[in-house]
Amino acid sequence: MFAESALNVRNKRVQNLFRILFLMMTVLLIIPVVIILATLIAKGGSIISIDFLFTDPTNGMTAGGIFPALLGTVWIVAVALLASVPLGVAAAIYLNEYAGDNWFTRIIQLAIINLAGVPSIVHALFGVGAFVIFFGFGTSILAASLTLAIMTLPVVIVSTRESLRAVPQAFREACWNMGATRWQTIRRVVLPNAVSGILTGVILEVSRTTGETAPIMFTGAAFFLPFLPQGVFDQTMALSLHLFVVATQVPGVPDNLAFGVALVLIAMVLLMNSISIAFRMYLRGKKKW
Amino acid sequence: MVDMNVNLAAANKIEDPAFAAPVKLSVSDLTIRYGGTPALSGVNLEVRQHEIFGIIGPPNAGKTSFLKTLNRMDTFNTNMSVEGEILFNGLNVQNLKNIYALRSRIGVVFPLPVGLPLTIYENVALSPRLRGIKRKSELDVIVERCLSRAALWDEVKDRLDSLGSLLSGGQQQRLTIARALSQEPDLLMLDEFSIAVDPVTTMRIEDVLKELKHDMTIILVTNLVQQARRLADRTAFFLEGECVEVGVTEDLFTGEVQDQRTRDYVEGKFG
Ligand SMILES: Nc1ncnc2c1ncn2[C@@H]1O[C@H](COP(=O)(O)OP(=O)(O)OP(=O)(O)O)[C@@H](O)[C@H]1O
Ligand SMILES: [Mg+2]
Repeated sequence: MFAESALNVRNKRVQNLFRILFLMMTVLLIIPVVIILATLIAKGGSIISIDFLFTDPTNGMTAGGIFPALLGTVWIVAVALLASVPLGVAAAIYLNEYAGDNWFTRIIQLAIINLAGVPSIVHALFGVGAFVIFFGFGTSILAASLTLAIMTLPVVIVSTRESLRAVPQAFREACWNMGATRWQTIRRVVLPNAVSGILTGVILEVSRTTGETAPIMFTGAAFFLPFLPQGVFDQTMALSLHLFVVATQVPGVPDNLAFGVALVLIAMVLLMNSISIAFRMYLRGKKKW
Repeated sequence: MVDMNVNLAAANKIEDPAFAAPVKLSVSDLTIRYGGTPALSGVNLEVRQHEIFGIIGPPNAGKTSFLKTLNRMDTFNTNMSVEGEILFNGLNVQNLKNIYALRSRIGVVFPLPVGLPLTIYENVALSPRLRGIKRKSELDVIVERCLSRAALWDEVKDRLDSLGSLLSGGQQQRLTIARALSQEPDLLMLDEFSIAVDPVTTMRIEDVLKELKHDMTIILVTNLVQQARRLADRTAFFLEGECVEVGVTEDLFTGEVQDQRTRDYVEGKFG
């Protein structure tokens, strides 16, 4: 009764074929990642040390450490976050919790989608025009960070909206029925249950910001600076730009130095991604409904 | 025939000695529309203090829509329009400035229990907190009282700090009732509360409601006609967006009806 017919055999063979095909695609996908990481570790791993991370570059950036660039990246990312997170989260809360579906919100939505599609070099030029020149911040951490903030705003808004949307509507209605205002509902029920998702999105955004080069190159990041930034109106070195510089602009840089910078940059991004993933896993275990 | 009509008219009126209680809620010419399509039209009825007022009717009769207009939840649906007059404690709810205060005086229990993603304690303490009560000792008293009245205290008193949404369906529904009670409501509205609750718990909740009626007015929407018979003093029958009739519950079940459709529904001939 259950003997295999010719059709069964054929189906099985086709099914196996596709399984192997898809598996191969998947493997192909991770090959570049593995190669990149392996190359960086092989060629740059030797230079990584506490000294490398915490001393200044010397000999026209052909030797020494990367401390000013590392610190500069932290500055730029932190200030960018301070600007984009409150703005993006507020906008997402407004769009998801207050605004109805009307022409106004639809235009905003369209704007957000388009903002996400603008190439980073265009953001860079906008940053020069708006923050460096018009607002008169000069080439500074502030200008670079604001440029980055605008660039990453759509990511923050979209991921925050996703987290808010994941909170069931029934919770809101139960609160409203009790006489809670929209804000009370948001504060006591919606946000506490969305905050971890929002943070996950923010961390992902940070990792993206860390590696950006074009938007900061004309607005605040310097080729080489012999001193550390003292405030947001100073220029600074940054890891991503430093990598570009030592890899292509300065003659006589030893290979392992350039690869070392790249390794540190990738390690920062990976670290933040892992935190974000760990966070998400922790959340899944703690899901409250 | 004439006698019967007089009876029914009386049942609907305040002068009836059996229902001398003051009017809690008075609805006249209420029409509810969703985007122009009427979901309920021309409803006239009165709910008296300390009665359990039943609303029975098949699906899509407009029962839930009716409840929503009473506590002005229609404001969250731009598609929904309400005409007519609803007087709650003599005040027209459509003109109220402070609809939040109105809602906080009306407890609502939904068909499917909604345990908020908070601890059991916080589920019940939320409404008092919204009213500005902060003292732990005060909250403790409220939480214990409300959970006890909802017949849940004994089952949860040792785990008040665990999540409300982890309780069983029947427990969650009693938690919802406790939460509604924490609002110290004037009016308690239950919308098909037993849909996701086992029969034993349903009976417990029904006993709770019989007790609560001494302290508040209750509107009980139910798809179980026998539940209305067990609990409701008077009952309205909604059908396809129309309030077919309002009468003393027992009359509806003993065939003393104005409209043949009521008899058919009560006898289970349709719906
Ligand atoms: N949000 C809404 N938008 C549009 N139409 C709605 C909405 N809510 C209800 N309706 C319509 O209004 C009518 C009455 O619905 P309502 O939910 O009040 O009925 P009900 O008596 O509570 O039914 P049930 O017993 O199934 O709960 C239905 O025809 C329904 O389709
Ligand atoms: Mg309903």
